[in-house]
Amino acid sequence: MMDEIQKSLLEKIADLHGVPEGAYNIRSNSKSIGRVSTENIEITPKVNKDGIDIRIKAGTKNEAVHIPVIMDKSGLKELVYNDFYIGEGADVTIVAGCGIHCSGDDGSEHDGIHTFYVGKNARVKYIEKHYGEGDGLGERIMNPTTIVEINDGGYMEMETTQIRGIDSTKRETKATLKKNAVFVVKEKLLTHGRQFAETAFAVELDGENSSTNVVSRAVARDTSKQIFLAKIHGNNKCHGHSECDAIIMDEANISAIPEITANHVEANLIHEAAIGKIAGEQLIKLMTLGLTEKEAEAQIINGFLK
Amino acid sequence: MLELRNVSFEIQDENGQKRILKNIQLKIDDKKFVVITGPNGSGKSTMAKLIAGIEKPTSGQIFFNGDDITDWNITKRAQAGISFAFQQPVRFKGITVKDLISLASDNNKLSTNDVCKYLSEVGLCAVDYVNREIDASLSGGELKRIEIATIIARQVTKLAVFDEPEAGIDLWSFHKLIRVFEKMHKEQQRSILIISHQERILNIADEIVLIADGSVRKTGTKEDVLPELMNVDGGCDFFKEDGVK
Repeated sequence: MMDEIQKSLLEKIADLHGVPEGAYNIRSNSKSIGRVSTENIEITPKVNKDGIDIRIKAGTKNEAVHIPVIMDKSGLKELVYNDFYIGEGADVTIVAGCGIHCSGDDGSEHDGIHTFYVGKNARVKYIEKHYGEGDGLGERIMNPTTIVEINDGGYMEMETTQIRGIDSTKRETKATLKKNAVFVVKEKLLTHGRQFAETAFAVELDGENSSTNVVSRAVARDTSKQIFLAKIHGNNKCHGHSECDAIIMDEANISAIPEITANHVEANLIHEAAIGKIAGEQLIKLMTLGLTEKEAEAQIINGFLK
Repeated sequence: MLELRNVSFEIQDENGQKRILKNIQLKIDDKKFVVITGPNGSGKSTMAKLIAGIEKPTSGQIFFNGDDITDWNITKRAQAGISFAFQQPVRFKGITVKDLISLASDNNKLSTNDVCKYLSEVGLCAVDYVNREIDASLSGGELKRIEIATIIARQVTKLAVFDEPEAGIDLWSFHKLIRVFEKMHKEQQRSILIISHQERILNIADEIVLIADGSVRKTGTKEDVLPELMNVDGGCDFFKEDGVK
């Protein structure tokens, strides 16, 4: 049974009210508190280390897997391995996410290593939200690593969001793409207080006609610090694009470090990065509609991170 | 009623103090349709910004419905019923047309139907636009019409100020635009202040104010003001050649 804090965390990270439909694994304070497999999606615990294997049968269509993690005890530190095997031609949505409610002074840390093996012509939408709350002094730390291997014609879209509450995060995402494979990333990040967030993407475009689009929108306020790194290596005829668009506020600090390397004459690679404060004219326009400056600022940020 | 009493506005440039507006006296009575015209650089847009509160006068006072609003900020003036359509509308990443019109109407539960109603008034086929972001993907003319729709959506409007609303709008849409102003004025009984060079907008005004070189040169009907407009130094080549810009 989940208590109110756990239910609220679950809602924040997975839009779930109680137990989800379909296959799921809910991990709470380092233990699985609910696991259901379906005919097409099998979830099994790992034997020699912490974590689960998720096996999705070839041809599975329009099914979803939820694997949320919630922590509401302070002083926990865990490292979890989750491996996803997505069968040929499958079309699925995977919702992960981690919510920490830390009311103690010892801090909580969740480090997850997620590996995706996307089969030929399979499509995956992977949604991941990170959220922290609680009034304890303990730091809420999350370090997610995502490893993606996309086979011929496969498609994976990764939507990752961290809005508020996580004191320190170091995200690493490494993807390798074969022929005609596509990898799309949409990252949204807001840091405040003294938070630190580093995200590093590395995409190897190995296959002919493979492509990637890595897009990050970020807001840093107060004295928080962000580093965005995006490396794209074009090793074949391919398309690669990375974009970091960031709003800086107060005394925050943001670095955007894009890198593109072409190892093939038909590699077509672009990077874009822009950092700036909220445009004064945007604030003025919303104020002429009757909003206060604070309300205008909130609307602009909400829209930007939507 | 809006009144500018002896309003001046100065800026500091490399040559020292520069006066943009000099001792402006202007009254806009309730339900009046007033057009401000004059050559480029004469201070028209600055005057609109002073009315909306985006700039503060160096000296003089501004009154709105009996209140001295000279020190009111943009928000307070907007809440009191002053609406302002930008000459160059602002773009927003992530904010959709529906979001902006909802904010303008002060109704976050505005239905898609309501938004469509406002958009069709400015000649936009609503279905194509409701969920579009107000970003670089929209053309200048589209942005301009959305900007005008935000003013239509503001139910609190008592005085609507438009800074060159015709700029970037095609001829077909221009007819609709004229109807928008007339409707606001006649059916909704709002005061309208438009900065414009367009003869067809001048034609429907109750009163025309000619500004040149930072001062009010002439106020009156079209017949009174147009001859004077031709004589303004330098600025009115557009009028001499074709009749309109």
